[in-house]
Amino acid sequence: MAMTEALSMELVERIGGSVDKVGAEERAAALSKRSIKKDSKLWALDLAVRCIDLTTLEGQDTPGKVRQMASKAIRPDPGDPTIPSVAAVCVYPRLVSVAKEAVKGSSVKVASVATGFPSGQMAADLRVEEIRRAIADGADEIDNVISRGALLAGDEQAIFDEVVVAKEACGDVHLKVIIEAGELATYDRVRRASLIAMAAGADVIKTSTGKISPASTLPFCLVMAEAIRDFQHETGRKVGLKVAGGIRSSKDAIRYLVIVNETLGDDWLDPDMFRIGASSLLNDLLMQIHKQRTGIYADPDRYTQD
Amino acid sequence: MAKWEYSPAPESTDVVDVKSSYDLFIGGTWVAPVSGQYMKTINPATEEVLSDIPVAGEQDVDEAVKAARAASKPWQRLDGSERAKYIFRIARVIQERAREIAVLESMNGGKPIKESRDIDVPLSAAHFFYYAGWADKLQYAFPGMKVKPLGVAAQVIPWNFPLLMLAWKIAPALATGNTVILKPAETTPLTALLFAEICQQIDLPPGVVNIITGAGETGAALVAHPDVNKVAFTGSTEVGRAIQKSIAGSGKRLSLELGGKAANIVFEDAAMDQAIEGVVNGIFFNQGHVCCAGSRLLIQESIAEAFVEKLKRRLGTLRLGDPLDKNTDIGAINSREQLDKIRRLVGIGEQEGAEMYQAPCDIPERGYWFPPTIFTGVSQSHRIAQEEIFGPVLSIMTFRTPEEAVEKANNTPYGLSAGVWTEKGSRILWMADHLKAGVVWANTFNRFDPSSPFGGFKESGFGREGGLHGLEPYVALTP
Amino acid sequence: MSRVEVRKTYKLYLGGDFPRSESGRSYEVLKPQGTFLANAVRASRKDVRDAVVAARKAQPNWASATAYNRGQVLYRIAEMMETRRPELASEVAAAEGKRGSDKQIDTAIDTFVWYAGLADKLSQIAGGLNPVAGPYFNLTVPEPTGVVGIVAPESPSLAGVVARIAPALCGGNATVVLASEAHPLPSIALAECLATADVPGGVVNILTGHKDELVPILASHGDVDAIDITGVEDSAIADTEIAAAGNIKRVIRAEGSPSPTEAIAFMEFKTVWHPKGT
Repeated sequence: MAMTEALSMELVERIGGSVDKVGAEERAAALSKRSIKKDSKLWALDLAVRCIDLTTLEGQDTPGKVRQMASKAIRPDPGDPTIPSVAAVCVYPRLVSVAKEAVKGSSVKVASVATGFPSGQMAADLRVEEIRRAIADGADEIDNVISRGALLAGDEQAIFDEVVVAKEACGDVHLKVIIEAGELATYDRVRRASLIAMAAGADVIKTSTGKISPASTLPFCLVMAEAIRDFQHETGRKVGLKVAGGIRSSKDAIRYLVIVNETLGDDWLDPDMFRIGASSLLNDLLMQIHKQRTGIYADPDRYTQD
Repeated sequence: MAKWEYSPAPESTDVVDVKSSYDLFIGGTWVAPVSGQYMKTINPATEEVLSDIPVAGEQDVDEAVKAARAASKPWQRLDGSERAKYIFRIARVIQERAREIAVLESMNGGKPIKESRDIDVPLSAAHFFYYAGWADKLQYAFPGMKVKPLGVAAQVIPWNFPLLMLAWKIAPALATGNTVILKPAETTPLTALLFAEICQQIDLPPGVVNIITGAGETGAALVAHPDVNKVAFTGSTEVGRAIQKSIAGSGKRLSLELGGKAANIVFEDAAMDQAIEGVVNGIFFNQGHVCCAGSRLLIQESIAEAFVEKLKRRLGTLRLGDPLDKNTDIGAINSREQLDKIRRLVGIGEQEGAEMYQAPCDIPERGYWFPPTIFTGVSQSHRIAQEEIFGPVLSIMTFRTPEEAVEKANNTPYGLSAGVWTEKGSRILWMADHLKAGVVWANTFNRFDPSSPFGGFKESGFGREGGLHGLEPYVALTP
Repeated sequence: MSRVEVRKTYKLYLGGDFPRSESGRSYEVLKPQGTFLANAVRASRKDVRDAVVAARKAQPNWASATAYNRGQVLYRIAEMMETRRPELASEVAAAEGKRGSDKQIDTAIDTFVWYAGLADKLSQIAGGLNPVAGPYFNLTVPEPTGVVGIVAPESPSLAGVVARIAPALCGGNATVVLASEAHPLPSIALAECLATADVPGGVVNILTGHKDELVPILASHGDVDAIDITGVEDSAIADTEIAAAGNIKRVIRAEGSPSPTEAIAFMEFKTVWHPKGT
């Protein structure tokens, strides 16, 4: 592969760096106090809708559920054509073909989790196979989990190799690498895992599966955004960021956007570079947009529960 | 133009009731100044006049000292536990009126509302709460010693943290049984006058706290008054020195919290983003109007270039403007005089050959403003590396070894604070041992707490404020 | 035939050595009854300068010695004084009369023993952990102020100067001492004890001479961090304090018998913050 030269753990070593927990959390807390009002709030709410990966990752998922969700993704508010579509729907591999069919003709992409989601405890050959099948079924994006166990055991090279292989399997399909920050426990490791994923070719790094607590937090987002910024500085390559898990309110979504804005800047205020994996968040955004435009608090029942 | 411009988010001024003019607060009541003189206090962000403030003359000072003296005996005789309750009450009312005080502080001083709201006001309340608890426990603070109050304390405070400095002065003084006359800074009297209202609201016995306003002459008359037992001053080393001279031989107890030129020392193994935040916080917090500001940055040579680049980028995200806007990071410079001083020293920095970088930002048309500024290529002998600028101006130097960092950091007549950034624990402790500074922040900067003693070495003053150690400047101890 | 005794030349104690004044001057020291006792060195401005240089040079090592080690050195001083007790007693008696001289020696020696035992307790007595509201480790420790000028009281000639030197040394300061002007000789005898008691050269420097000449120099010296004015005449205190303000010197005065407070008066407090995180 032509990229092999750029793909190396040496890059991770070169960028390196550590994170002070208290300082990082204080910075995230300080940014979370930004007061986003009026037009700037409306702009942010609209952007947040556009950045959503509308997600369902449950044992109960059925083709019917996925079709309903896809419909919501395309037209979040049937009564209001000014509301944009979300970025993507995110489903288990088995449901990719259903989702693909359901979003046909829209801008909404299909993302599939893969590689033994959510634990990542899957044999190497099966990981690749899962990615290939999802892509064959029509996935535009792959949300790949890393083997946190290997990382915690100190085998960084294994993670690196795993992501390289995943990216090879993806080809032009967008690869999002879930580092599952909550399981890595320290910000030092969150940064390290972010750098390894990027160095190995990830198009996007993602906070979490949403299956463990803590899932996404503001400091995780900050630390990962800083890693992305440093990686770009070193290599010139812009890597995307996805936050996922537990983001339910507009207020939270705006806080993430503030961190991205003040850490990474304009280029990341775009669905190509930033995603929010969520489900119930979308309705809250719609309600807030309504409130912001009309000054009247909305009735939750006005919005479809898909 | 950025993609996402935050809309203005100004804190409402409705909660604040600024009177068109004020009187002096002496003996528990408001009295017009015998001097008959008034001065205007303004909003430095708009240059709007907010109010007329009395200028206390010698006679007014004398009245205030008399009131404090008259209140002294009964206040000393009051049980510590009762004194405590008054001080607790003060803490509570500051919390109750937090929003109003924060807005007023930002209007009168120019500091960002997020700082007055999240730092100045809560810390002030906490300071009273902390010292209230000491009032009936002084014997445990100084085991084996007899503890007595000094009597009447004259306290003169600066304009950078008007209410917080008031709290640092008044809380320990009252807890130890002293009565006080406090003079707020010439440019920022309003929250001190609001504090006088609080003293009335909580039924503090008349004369225990007296607030007199004025400029330098009022302060000089106050500290020189023969019936004052204790002088506490926070401000410039120049004025501190003058006060120390002026009360020489008087037997008055003195504590001074003066200037600084703190070094923030960043090692190559530091947690970089937090170090950047610490450096930014160190020098741009409160527009750099901070005696313990990290106004000198010492970076290890191996990372200097990358660090400065990162720092410049971070400067670009600082938001300068309306202090009342909740998103403002850098507010207004406190006064025309201070702005002139900053400009003068920055001009000298350029003349001396240091390289200046200023973050691009829009400067409002009215009011006093200075953009975040850093100087690279600074050497130890440059005036901007030696003199306290007291503004948002950072002088950057490099070092190669820990020994060199310590030598450069200590190479100043000041010794108030220092910062150390490294992930190596033993190096932190070694540095902390060798830095001549009253406060060493390691992997953090500009943190304050009522229980944490604050104060300087060398020409940064003597005596501590905060913590158990903050009681000592207000008591007479005998074996 | 009676033997002609060998009299002692009293010199300064400076940087661990016993030099004469660079100025070559001396002054007469009298017995209690007013007759000639001996000549003492009349130190000059330059002797003060040299003493401050010696103290500044010696101070960091003295401060960085372990507190246990400093305590042992202070105890060693007491041992040396006990050994030389007859000599000290005769110096004090010659200066101030026999009456009370023994008691004075007791006090002086016991003062060093007291502070010897305090050296490694000071940080625990005067410092500690502060419970700040946040995820921070916050510690306050006392540190020596640095170079301290001590104007010893005129009397008691030995116990007076010891009461000021011992607490200053205890915390790790180096000292420049102006001895009792009227009774300087016991201070020089003390210096001879110090010189044999493992006190590093320069940690204590003792000058004899005229206070009205030397105090202003010491008080205004820019490289002296604190001045103990216990032995400054009342009429000279204001001027001394004015001179001290030049570099914001700490002005210290004896408050009483040995106590931690006396030692802490010669110290600064340093507070160190560090975040607590993973």
